Amino acid sequence: MDKNELKKFVAARTAKELKDGDVVNLGIGLPTMIPAFLSADVHVTFQSENGIVGTDPKPDPTSLEPIYVTDAGGRPAMVACGGSYIDSAASFGLIRGGHVDATILGALEVDREGNLANWIIPGKMVPGMGGAMDLVVGAKTVIVAMEHTAKGQPKIFDRCRLPLTAVQCVNLIITEMAVIRITPEGPSLEEFNPEFSLEDIQAATATKLLISNSVRPMV
Amino acid sequence: MPKIITPKQAAQLVPPGASVMFGGFMGCGNAHKTIAELAALGVGELTMICNDAGMPNGPDGKPHYGVAQLVHNRQIRKIVASHVGLNPEVAEQMNAGTLEAVLIPQGSLAEMIRAGGAGLGGILTPTGYGTIVQEASHVHSVVEIDGRHYLLERPLKADFAVISGYKVDRAGNVWYKGTARNFSQVMATAARTVIAEADQLVDIGEIEPEAVMTPGILVDYIVSEEGA
Repeated sequence: MDKNELKKFVAARTAKELKDGDVVNLGIGLPTMIPAFLSADVHVTFQSENGIVGTDPKPDPTSLEPIYVTDAGGRPAMVACGGSYIDSAASFGLIRGGHVDATILGALEVDREGNLANWIIPGKMVPGMGGAMDLVVGAKTVIVAMEHTAKGQPKIFDRCRLPLTAVQCVNLIITEMAVIRITPEGPSLEEFNPEFSLEDIQAATATKLLISNSVRPMV
Repeated sequence: MPKIITPKQAAQLVPPGASVMFGGFMGCGNAHKTIAELAALGVGELTMICNDAGMPNGPDGKPHYGVAQLVHNRQIRKIVASHVGLNPEVAEQMNAGTLEAVLIPQGSLAEMIRAGGAGLGGILTPTGYGTIVQEASHVHSVVEIDGRHYLLERPLKADFAVISGYKVDRAGNVWYKGTARNFSQVMATAARTVIAEADQLVDIGEIEPEAVMTPGILVDYIVSEEGA
C-alpha cells in the first residue's frame, strides 16, 4: 500500500465505528478522510472545537467565507443544514461534558494502558496541545487512527516515552495492520489485515498483544 | 455608552508591556484593523493571550495573518495560547530566547478566561491530569473529588481585550458571525478595558436583544472608521 492508500484503508475501517446519530470530533490529517467513507444510512454530526456543531463534511466551495467560518485547523469550513455556531467555552463544555460520542485522532505514541502522546516532542516540536487534551478526556470513545509504525519503528509501547496528552484515555487503535482494543488486561488484537501475519503485527508492536477470542480479518 | 474610536486610536490605548487578550482562532475573528495599527505603531513587550499565534498566510494570500503580525514584528514577549505550531516564527523566537510561550489546553484556556470574567476563584478540570501541564504555574493544585482527579486552574485576566464583531451597535452590543466568536465572548468579560472592532457599526435596535452575544456594558471602546 502506498501512503495514500494506507490512509484511505484506515479511514474506511474507522468510519465503520461510527453509528447513526453520533456526535464526532475529527483530528487533523487522516481522520478528516473519514466522512467520505460513511455509509449512506449513517448520519453523523461533526463537531469542530473552534465552534461548529454540525460541520459540513463536503462544503460547497463557492459558499465558503474564510474570514468568518473555519474549522479547527484554520481551513475554510461551513456549517451543515441544522447545525449551529457556539463560542469556545460552550464548545469545550460539550466536549468535557460527555456530549461528544467519539473523537478520532492521530498519535505519536500509545501504550498498553491507553496512555496517549500526540502533542509534543521535547526539544524538537512544541506546537501546543490545542484541544486534544480536552477531547481525549471528555469524549465518550477515543479512537486513535494512525499508521502502525513511523519510519518502520513501532508506535505502540509498554509505556509511552513522550510527554502524555492524557492518561488511560484510548479505547481503540485502528491501523493498516490491525484493530486493537485497550482492555483492562492489555491491548487486545480484535482484527488483522490479512496481508500481514499475526507475527508481523506483533513484530511491529513494542508491547505484547493479547489475541481476542473473536479475532477476525479486517474488512 | 462606549466611545467610538478609529483603529489607530485603539492601538494607541495599549501601552508597552500590557497584557492583551485577542479574540480569534487561527486569524478567524481577530480584530484585523486594530491589530494592523498595533503592528504599525510597534508597541512592544506585550503579553498576548490568544488561542494561537495566527497563521503565516491569510485567506487573501497576504503574509502574517492576524496576530501573526505582532509575532513577526517581535512585539510579543510572552504568549499564552493552546497552539502555536502553525506559526513557525514562534518556535524561532522561543529558541532564540526572546519569546516565552505558556501552552494551556484549549478548553482550559477558555474556561480560565471565563472564570476570570465571572468572579470565580478558579476552575476544576480533568484535562491535563497526569501530564506535564499539571506542573505549570497556572495550576494551583490537583484535587480529588469522588475518586476523580482534577486540576485546579487559576483564573485568567488581562489589561485589555481586543475583539471583533460582525455587527456592533452604538451601545456596544456585539453579534459575531460564524466561528469568529470563539474566544471573544469570554475575553470581553475578563479584561479591564474592552475594545470591540466593528465590521459593521449599526444603530441600536438593529441587533435583536435576544441575539446579542456580548452585552454592551462590557465594551469600553468601539473601533470603526467612523470614529474620531
